[in-house]
Amino acid sequence: MTAYLPPAQRIWWKEPVGRQEILWIAIALIWCLIMFFMMPYWHVYGKQNLSNEAYQTTPAKFGEKVQAMIDEYTVRTETDQQIPVVAPPAGSDIYMLGRLWQWWPILELEKDKTYRLHLSSMDWNHGFSLQPVNINLQVIPGYEMVLNITPDTAGEFGVVCNEYCGIGHHSMLGRIYVKE
Amino acid sequence: MANFRLCPDTGLYFDKNAESLIKVNAVAAVVSLLVAGILALGVALTRWPAVHLLPADQFYMFLTAHGIDALLFWIIFFEIAILYFASSTLLRCRLAAPRWAWLGFALMLIGAVTTNVAIFQGSSSVMMTSYVPMQAAPHFYLGLILFAVGALIGCFVFFGTLVIARNERTYEGSIPLVTFGAVTAAIIAVFTIACGAIILVPTLLWSIGYIAYIDPAMYRVIWWGMGHSSQQINVAAHVSVWYLVAGLTLGARPMSEKVSRFAFLLYIFFLQLASAHHILVDPGISSEWKIFNTSYAMYLAVLASLIHGLTVPGSMEVAQRAKGYTHGLFEWLRKAPWGNPAFSSTFISIVIFGFIGGITGVVMGTEQINLIIHNTIYVPAHFHATVAVGTTLTFMGLTFFLIPVLFRRQMIFPTLARWQPFLFGGSMTVLILFMMGAGTLGVSRRHWDMDFAGAALSFEYSGMAYTLMGIAGIGAVVAVLAGGAFLLITVGSLLFGKKLDPSAGILQNFLGIPLSRGTYTAQPEVLPMAAPVEEHGSAGFEAPGTFILAMILLISFVVYYFINWKYLSSVWPLS
Repeated sequence: MTAYLPPAQRIWWKEPVGRQEILWIAIALIWCLIMFFMMPYWHVYGKQNLSNEAYQTTPAKFGEKVQAMIDEYTVRTETDQQIPVVAPPAGSDIYMLGRLWQWWPILELEKDKTYRLHLSSMDWNHGFSLQPVNINLQVIPGYEMVLNITPDTAGEFGVVCNEYCGIGHHSMLGRIYVKE
Repeated sequence: MANFRLCPDTGLYFDKNAESLIKVNAVAAVVSLLVAGILALGVALTRWPAVHLLPADQFYMFLTAHGIDALLFWIIFFEIAILYFASSTLLRCRLAAPRWAWLGFALMLIGAVTTNVAIFQGSSSVMMTSYVPMQAAPHFYLGLILFAVGALIGCFVFFGTLVIARNERTYEGSIPLVTFGAVTAAIIAVFTIACGAIILVPTLLWSIGYIAYIDPAMYRVIWWGMGHSSQQINVAAHVSVWYLVAGLTLGARPMSEKVSRFAFLLYIFFLQLASAHHILVDPGISSEWKIFNTSYAMYLAVLASLIHGLTVPGSMEVAQRAKGYTHGLFEWLRKAPWGNPAFSSTFISIVIFGFIGGITGVVMGTEQINLIIHNTIYVPAHFHATVAVGTTLTFMGLTFFLIPVLFRRQMIFPTLARWQPFLFGGSMTVLILFMMGAGTLGVSRRHWDMDFAGAALSFEYSGMAYTLMGIAGIGAVVAVLAGGAFLLITVGSLLFGKKLDPSAGILQNFLGIPLSRGTYTAQPEVLPMAAPVEEHGSAGFEAPGTFILAMILLISFVVYYFINWKYLSSVWPLS
């Protein structure tokens, strides 16, 4: 009977299933398996994957690494806050930290060169949202995420914070330059 | 049987305790929805760039409370009502431990009020997710814990009622499918609440200084064990209500008990793995773990939803064809009771949940595709399709049905009630589609100002992003008005609707549309025997129209899925 009454056939599990349902379940299962297959496939043949390289760290330790990079490779500063613009050599380890409420420092990269980007937070969760490329990563205090990044478009890119981090969240904005 | 009331329209037996508890939980739910809706207006009018109504602190406060009131309090109060209905009422059984049930309700109410007080005191604008180390006031967490304990008691009252019904043989054979779905929801709820306790109790202790440190990455993993699983309770609950409404409004019966129950079983086994969806771009978690969990073990829970997507409308089609609506593929759908808000809200909910909520959920839950979607406003677009249209609209439709049946009041403004599901579903769809578009352009969720006022640096979103956010804002405002219409009708009917004689049958005139004859079980003690299944479809298909709709869903799914891979392949290479 209707779905809110007990099944009319007491031995309902022996009732035959209609062809239509069997066909649909088969089609749906195949589609589910294709979707499952796509993720490992992309790890092998796709170009956008996370390295899964990560380390536990502390704000102090990570801050030192960022500062070492800034001390060595700063090429200029921008705005009245004197935000350093750092141009590390291609292929090197580059760092960006999130804190209330800025991404620090500004990075200047070369197009089509690969860098090892390290991300961490000094305080709360932040969201690294590279725009308008639209790459979005979670940045968590105490964890250092490492990914190999290859900018393939030149220009000026914004780093929006897209994880809510308090009252100044909307003003947390960083920048990455990519030069030809 | 002295404590039972027989509903003259539906043949449903209401245990007096269960009836009172269903009523108070439903009322608490509707009040939560009222608060959530008012807050939604503030949120929407702030994110609409041209209006930008609230200052930042109020915006984040409103957004925190909107999430918690809409996603937790409205839905879970209502789900407790559904659990009591699906056990006590559908099994014609007294409710187990009614005093415990009242205690559970009291805890939920106290918890809901406490958390709201904490938020509106201004010190707990931490969003629903309250990611540590951002800290809320202790009573923010305490309220959530009390609410969860109350809900857990409700689940055990439900399980107890099932045991009593079995022992006292109040039904024959197996429990009804709707009750089976409710069992699914309750089992997932127990898992959900356990995760909530594991993470929120230490967080409470941390907020008052007894624990020094909570690992922020671990917090996210376990919190989402609660956060996403609670949405799976919703799925199990609203799919059960779909089956219920299909039965109540069309006399539909499941195409196959075996298939539908198997699909619910898949939910129990695999849905909880979904917490992984939220940590796909987190550091420190391996791809193997992400792929296994995010795909709910090879998408077996998605398979379950795809099955329900066929069997619920399919059962409606079979019932309609049996009534003689057999012309072509879709006469059954054209001649469906669209003027009955219980039906229309359910059908709109099925369509939007499947076509938008389901597809976007799977797409953004794909490990690599999440890179281009994580924390953009695409995410709230997805869960408004699943929760605001999927769950909320379904529950709204059921509420329209319960006003005469449970509360014995005639509905006021029946014309408005007829249009309400279309208005709410339509405006929500506008909101959802345009938020999806804005999210694809990178607009952030939970963000007060897409102009970044006060930032040292600058970034400009495209003009298109502003246009999309503006149209989404219009959709949101209309949706709030449609939600207001729902509240006006339900609260107005409870307060001012004509009282119905407890013994009179009125559902024959439920909005002027007779209910299916299959729902009148005048002799409820004797369960009617099923008529032999007749072949009404074509080519051996019982529901060919539904099969076509399902294939359209599948094709949309495949196309949209690969479009997103294409889009992903255009962003900077990462490895």
